[in-house]
Amino acid sequence: MTDDRVIAREDLDALFDALHRCGYTVVGPTVRDSTIRLAEIAGTRDLPAGVTDEQEAGRYRLAQREDAALFGFNLGPDSLKRWQLPPDRTVWRARRKPDGELTDFSTDARSGPAGMPDRIAYIGARACELHARAILERVLLGGNHPDPELRERADALIVIAVQCGEAGPTCFCASMGAGPKVTSGYDILLTELLDADHHVFIAATGSVRGEELLAEVPTRRAGSEELAAARATPARAAEQIQRKLDADWVKELLYAHLEHPEWESVAQRCLTCGNCTMVCPTCFCTSVEDVTDLTGEQVERRQQWDSCFAVDHSYMHGGGPARQSARSRYRQWMTHKLASWDDQFGTSGCVGCGRCITWCPVGIDITEEAQAIGAVTHGPARATPAKED
Amino acid sequence: MLASASDTATASAGPLVPAPFRLLAKRRETADTWTLELEPRHGTPLEFAPGQFTMISRGGCGEVPISISGDPDEPERLVQTVRAVGLATSALCEAEPGEVLSVRGPFGTAWPLEEAEGADVVIVAGGIGLPPLRGAVLRMLAQRERYGRLVLLYGGRAPDQLLFGEQIQQWREQGLEVLITVDSAGPEWIGHVGVVTRLIGRAGLDASRVLAMTCGPEVMMRFVVATLADTGVQSDRIHVSIERNMQCGIGVCGHCQLGPVLVCRDGPVFRYSEVERWMRVREL
Ligand SMILES: Cc1cc2nc3c(=O)[nH]c(=O)nc-3n(C[C@H](O)[C@H](O)[C@H](O)COP(=O)(O)OP(=O)(O)OC[C@H]3O[C@@H](n4cnc5c(N)ncnc54)[C@H](O)[C@@H]3O)c2cc1C
Ligand code: SF4
Ligand code: SF4
Ligand code: FES
Repeated sequence: MTDDRVIAREDLDALFDALHRCGYTVVGPTVRDSTIRLAEIAGTRDLPAGVTDEQEAGRYRLAQREDAALFGFNLGPDSLKRWQLPPDRTVWRARRKPDGELTDFSTDARSGPAGMPDRIAYIGARACELHARAILERVLLGGNHPDPELRERADALIVIAVQCGEAGPTCFCASMGAGPKVTSGYDILLTELLDADHHVFIAATGSVRGEELLAEVPTRRAGSEELAAARATPARAAEQIQRKLDADWVKELLYAHLEHPEWESVAQRCLTCGNCTMVCPTCFCTSVEDVTDLTGEQVERRQQWDSCFAVDHSYMHGGGPARQSARSRYRQWMTHKLASWDDQFGTSGCVGCGRCITWCPVGIDITEEAQAIGAVTHGPARATPAKED
Repeated sequence: MLASASDTATASAGPLVPAPFRLLAKRRETADTWTLELEPRHGTPLEFAPGQFTMISRGGCGEVPISISGDPDEPERLVQTVRAVGLATSALCEAEPGEVLSVRGPFGTAWPLEEAEGADVVIVAGGIGLPPLRGAVLRMLAQRERYGRLVLLYGGRAPDQLLFGEQIQQWREQGLEVLITVDSAGPEWIGHVGVVTRLIGRAGLDASRVLAMTCGPEVMMRFVVATLADTGVQSDRIHVSIERNMQCGIGVCGHCQLGPVLVCRDGPVFRYSEVERWMRVREL
């Protein structure tokens, strides 16, 4: 919107101060238990300075960087999903009258056990996360019955995005059209520039709120070299991306091969633990459970994250689960992410963040599985659609 | 921030907050199946189209999808027929008149009653699959002249498991042809014994005029559509009502997926040609 500005490293805390003054709770990446988690942070001292993450299929480890970059890592297991759709929330709480009527309905809104403060500023969002946020918002709020509490949560978020300068080995956002370059969906966008004697953030704004906030932070105009360096940053990340998925063909490919032998092969390895669905920033399955107190007078309906890998997920009286075998459950997950999501919601369910690859205890890789299903009929190089098997 | 009670009486309460319905009467249909007649506590009738369902619960005992089995021309009464098979459905069947139950909806798609005008309508129901079709039968009988033949093929496990016995007799008098079969029966049963698909052959259908609606266990529906196809009925003239696990009823919980469709949102009533490809895949 306005011209790009430069924030010096030592002035970045002024952005936190401005957010705090406006009543925002700042959530961002911070090191907890040797993992980069999203949590409330007070200022730049809580950011993972000089830390990077080493990721591979089934492997995650933090390491020390040679520099003091504040955003020199990619993604941890958490995503904005936690704030858009809390892992456990009370959808309503009510009093049960003697005749069974429920009255005095209340909800968690934003202050209940799910711990949603009034307004959240999320600092550190990458391109894939902005895309994931939009996808999840479309699923939860784009239908005919939007939930007002989730709407409020969505509207309470302000996003300070960060341009990726490096890509992790499990990233494939470029294939999914979701990165690595941030192009929209932020209030403020930071690009971290760092060399021996120079540590600054190029700041662009994407909304009026973002402009107002940035006005409270000491900045100067960006020089042309700095602007060029900022432009080169996501391009550098793009060059590092190793994994690929043919997003144009994968839907037809999977639909045409629902009985492919690879589903059996991956089921031999899959533990059906559901980790992939928990870390996925767009997976939205939930279950509800009614809880009553001992008197039976207080009734609460709780909604919790669920996973299509749980055998109960498709349970029906009489028939039992629609998807009993591990094969059918892995197939459900992958075809949902990459094929049926598009029919259901008009967008892919995958942004290529790679979390499911990193956090799978046995290192199952969605891009490899897509390859394997494309490979038998078409050679390993490229997944193209095939006729029905 | 707490939403106040007065807020929640309005639409702003959100789609997951139920509305109170008083149980006026209950009628025992079989040993384990009851028809509940409810009335909205706050007046507004639940306008619905036959085939749609509600998410209903008895305070704190779990919420389940149940089709509306009432007459669409009498929306001031919410009528639902429930078979007690587990926690939530047993709690519903045990509710006593005067009690207040919690209801969300109606949700989902309806039987194609307009498209069926002029056709010979064949309804194939198995067991608890008849109540979701009851409203369609009532509407078509009320507008009898708009349809060709109206045929109900109904199968149950045993004679004492059959629903709506007396009403079916009345429907016959109003112009519904009815064939009933049971899986097994004692010597006192003089009707058909065997699977419901056998009745399709006995109905003497003119395939080119048929529009079929079927609801029952999924295996039954598979055989029904296969048999109808054998007699020459096109798959776009067959409509099925599909059951899946449902936690929300409004397309946001992910439990009711069948390939590209969300059964609660895009169904439960589907044109068979739209879901045929997916229903053919085991464990999809
Ligand atoms: C669109 C639609 C219309 C329907 N219409 C009717 C109707 O008109 N009449 C009627 O009688 N029925 C109808 N049903 C079926 C009815 O919804 C089920 O019988 C009901 O959900 C069973 O609930 P329950 O709690 O009584 O049974 P249970 O079997 O106790 O519970 C089923 C629920 O509990 C969970 N659950 C229970 N046991 C297990 C387990 N062992 N493992 C995992 N999960 C478990 C599942 O999540 C499931 O949601 C309809 C279903 C659908 C989808
Ligand atoms: S499916 Fe995997 S790569 Fe795709 S968005 Fe989910 S976690 Fe990320
Ligand atoms: S793919 Fe991996 S993370 Fe997902 S359920 Fe299977 S073992 Fe768990
Ligand atoms: S029942 Fe929740 S999505 Fe259909």
